[in-house]
Amino acid sequence: MGNYLPSTDYQQKEMLDVIGLDSLDALYSDIPEDLKLNRTLAIPNGKSESEILKFFSELSEMNTVYPSVFRGAGAYRHYIPSIVQSITSKETFLTAYTPYQAELSQGILQSIFEYQTMIAELTGLDVSNASVYDGASAVGEAAAMCRDRKRSVTLISAAANPEVIDTITTYCNSSNYEVALIPVVDGVTDKEALKQLLVENVSAVYIQQPNFYGQIEDCSDFAEIIHDAGAKFIMGINPIAAAILKTPGECGADIAVGEGQPLGMPLSFGGPYLGFMATTNEMVRKLPGRIVGQTTDDEGRRAFVLTLQAREQHIRREKASSNICSNQALCAMTAAVYMASMGPDGMKDVAMQCMSKAHYLMQQLDTIGLKRVHSGRFFHEFVTDCSDTDRVLAHLASNGILGGLPVESGILWCATEMNTKADIDKLILLVKEVI
Amino acid sequence: MKLLFEKSIDSRKSSFLAECDVPTIDLDKDILREQSLNLPYLSEVDISRHYSQLERRAHGVNNGFYPLGSCTMKYNPTINEKVAKLPGFVDVHPLQPEETVQGCLKVLALAKEYLTEITGMDDMTFQPAAGAHGEYTGILLIRQYHIKHGNVKRNKIIVPDSAHGTNPATAAMCGMEVIGIPSTEDGFVDLDKLRAAVGEDTAGIMLTNPNTLGIFERDIKQITQIVHDAGGLVYYDGANLNAIMGVTRPGDMGFDCIHLNLHKTFATPHGGGGPGSGAVGCKQFLAEYLPKPVIELADGQYSFVNDLENSIGKVKSFYGNFLVVVKALAYTMTLGNEGIPLSAMNAVLNANYLMKLLSECYTIAKPGICMHEFVITMDKEAKEHHVTANDIAKLLIDHEIHPPTVYFPLIVPEALMVEPTETEGKETLDEAAEVFLSIYRNAINDPESAHKAPVLAPIGRPDGVGAARNPILRYKNED
Amino acid sequence: MEYPKYLSYSSTHEWVEDLGDNKARIGISDFAQHSMGDIVFVNLPEVGDELLSGESFGDVESVKAVSELYSPFSGKVSAINEQLLDSPELINEKPYESWMLEMEDISDSEELLDADAYEALCDSEEH
Repeated sequence: MGNYLPSTDYQQKEMLDVIGLDSLDALYSDIPEDLKLNRTLAIPNGKSESEILKFFSELSEMNTVYPSVFRGAGAYRHYIPSIVQSITSKETFLTAYTPYQAELSQGILQSIFEYQTMIAELTGLDVSNASVYDGASAVGEAAAMCRDRKRSVTLISAAANPEVIDTITTYCNSSNYEVALIPVVDGVTDKEALKQLLVENVSAVYIQQPNFYGQIEDCSDFAEIIHDAGAKFIMGINPIAAAILKTPGECGADIAVGEGQPLGMPLSFGGPYLGFMATTNEMVRKLPGRIVGQTTDDEGRRAFVLTLQAREQHIRREKASSNICSNQALCAMTAAVYMASMGPDGMKDVAMQCMSKAHYLMQQLDTIGLKRVHSGRFFHEFVTDCSDTDRVLAHLASNGILGGLPVESGILWCATEMNTKADIDKLILLVKEVI
Repeated sequence: MKLLFEKSIDSRKSSFLAECDVPTIDLDKDILREQSLNLPYLSEVDISRHYSQLERRAHGVNNGFYPLGSCTMKYNPTINEKVAKLPGFVDVHPLQPEETVQGCLKVLALAKEYLTEITGMDDMTFQPAAGAHGEYTGILLIRQYHIKHGNVKRNKIIVPDSAHGTNPATAAMCGMEVIGIPSTEDGFVDLDKLRAAVGEDTAGIMLTNPNTLGIFERDIKQITQIVHDAGGLVYYDGANLNAIMGVTRPGDMGFDCIHLNLHKTFATPHGGGGPGSGAVGCKQFLAEYLPKPVIELADGQYSFVNDLENSIGKVKSFYGNFLVVVKALAYTMTLGNEGIPLSAMNAVLNANYLMKLLSECYTIAKPGICMHEFVITMDKEAKEHHVTANDIAKLLIDHEIHPPTVYFPLIVPEALMVEPTETEGKETLDEAAEVFLSIYRNAINDPESAHKAPVLAPIGRPDGVGAARNPILRYKNED
Repeated sequence: MEYPKYLSYSSTHEWVEDLGDNKARIGISDFAQHSMGDIVFVNLPEVGDELLSGESFGDVESVKAVSELYSPFSGKVSAINEQLLDSPELINEKPYESWMLEMEDISDSEELLDADAYEALCDSEEH
């Protein structure tokens, strides 16, 4: 059995002597006898480190790792520069707590401040928080920022990621607020329907760009339509696409949110990921979660602190708009190191490669008869029809390729900079064999 | 020190990607971003040194003693990091076919099996990403239970005044009204006040046991009984489980639903604020409300079940912070059935030993045997000598000890909440006690210098008022 | 601690200056600003908002606390002190000059205390 107890039996006895007790059990005299377990837990005996490594290696080998991935739908495989893992594995970053004690936490605080700056840059908005759990819960938090006494209904584009729609529905319903879906036409949000739905009790509208089907929404006039009705515009973005597409700031969004996983986080079976949130100066005091600010210390040196804390649960208690009291600090650092490594040109390069490769894939699928089901522009995902989805995907899987995600109208394909032309050509040949 | 942005040299860069090997697409101007993207231009060595510099300006469990009350800053074993980096976990897409992720599903199933046994629960979800997220999920289960039983009027959650601040905020997020009840002088739930507070509108109560004073609620069975008799349910805030794992179980005390902080009790690192995991366990009668999907085992194959009529829905994408669960499982299996209670006992032993040593100078808010943590009050010193809990905290920083939690629980004036955890040896506690005692004596003798601490940290006390009055929340290039 | 005689006070630590004509100014007392500590933000309603007696009309934040502001009577907000939005520290410096709201058409006033009674209340809260 393994444990991490440095005190020897002898030292434990010495300590008990100082306290004036004769056994470890005596420490629990406050617990009534009938509440004590008084049996061995029904879990296995402890294991040595070597046994643990073997056990988990075998478990991990029960999973299939595909050398070639053409599936996205909310989780994307990108190249992660090796320095990202090297930095985020540093033990101090890994094992520190939330930076409550500023003097002892400048490193963590500054890294968050730098992350906030990068997210503000990426989204074209004024301020970012220190991050939240993931992209889906970020939308739930954003919806809560927009509600007031007169407006409480959140409209969500039906072209948003289904995981996000499910999560925001839970968030809104749980505090007895209503959610309504905006219909989709030809793979994008139906603006005419949106206008009809924008009645006086609507507090916010959520539009995802690019949307779940990979389509680039026409964001030129969402802000105008939504603001004219007195509601707020929440724009969900893919952070890679944001390097080249019009920013939420340029689109007039009040809040930008998104899933930060593409910024250097591996797929990891769905987590840990990163929810990012940015907003305008006007709404900053409604922004939930940790926020780091710059100030000076008693000698005038630059210093960073957690700030605007009166928004938060430990002060506002039941009047806080959110109970969140942590962030995904290490994931935020991951994103910051990723963006710092790639730089502005590298970020644009990733985005352009994703989009170019997805278009090449689409053209090649088209030539063998898998036709795109939507018109309009797309980023790095698109849907084609397919008469026998199961057969196509199974054939790809047996050749080491994770194909697109089966959806109602066919297959949702994704390409990133990781998919080489050779990978794409191989996929085309394989698909051709079974259709 | 300089920010990354201030180290940027235009057009300096590293290259990580191969050249694009397909025709580059032409973008239409109308969708293109016009705002410049002001990320820094840096080489890899710039980045490496920058973060090494930041690392030196931070404090982790690896750097020294970290007795931060209620946060269970125990040592984070490296083997857990190693297994969570295995490619078979890291490079798996969350939407792969079930038959290709059996290893991941088995991790979740085993973690559920062991953690429900430790807590006395019947079922568990790993979707919540943090303790507060777990609380939210747990209270939603309670809310859903009442709604499905036609009791929509049960919308009040009872929260003792000693509770974590997240508890009332959570209840409010779930559309509940918060009923605060005062504690007795000893910090226990006041049974009479509780009896008076429950009624036909009670949805439930949120409690932590041991409580935030580090004391086990002896009347816990009566408490849960009173709430159950009134038709309410009982929620366990698992922040303090480290004291009792393997010794007694929330499920046996009458709790219906709990969250665990895997990043506290189960030794996964805090990461400077996350990612964590706020696993939520419940009794069988609440299991049908758990977030979807749930995992089922049939004929030796694990699968997801999504078709759940009564589920509260999803609280996060996919299945939670999966890699954190991998680490917690590795920890649980390393300790096993013997190591789990032994760790709890040593956590309690260390807390009592340190409390005994510190009581030479400090006033303990609730003397007697404590559980995994104890609370010091600096009320007298603040009034008589102007030496506050915050001064003691800042003085500790100069000795490379992370300060205890300050000004919590709210029911103790000038509180310092100390939780040493089981992974500190006797000599570490002895040394820490010497530091605690000497800074106390010095501070009483010379309060003025105490107010100036810390003097050896990268910065002195920051101007928090200025930060909040004129918020600077991002770097902006001067030009 | 100052308790000017020409003002009246609510038990929730707002001061009220009667401007005549059913109009009044509202701010927070010296005792209130002192117990809050350094005030960093104030959140006020908009001109034209109708308030009810006892209703919360905004809040003040310090670094460590947030405190709601309650209207001692029903009426309509006729002016807010916009200077406080940019310089909330004025509330600490000059609590009785830093009025927050002017209200008109006031009615339904809750029972207000005179300076002596209010001082006694503050003393008792301080133990």
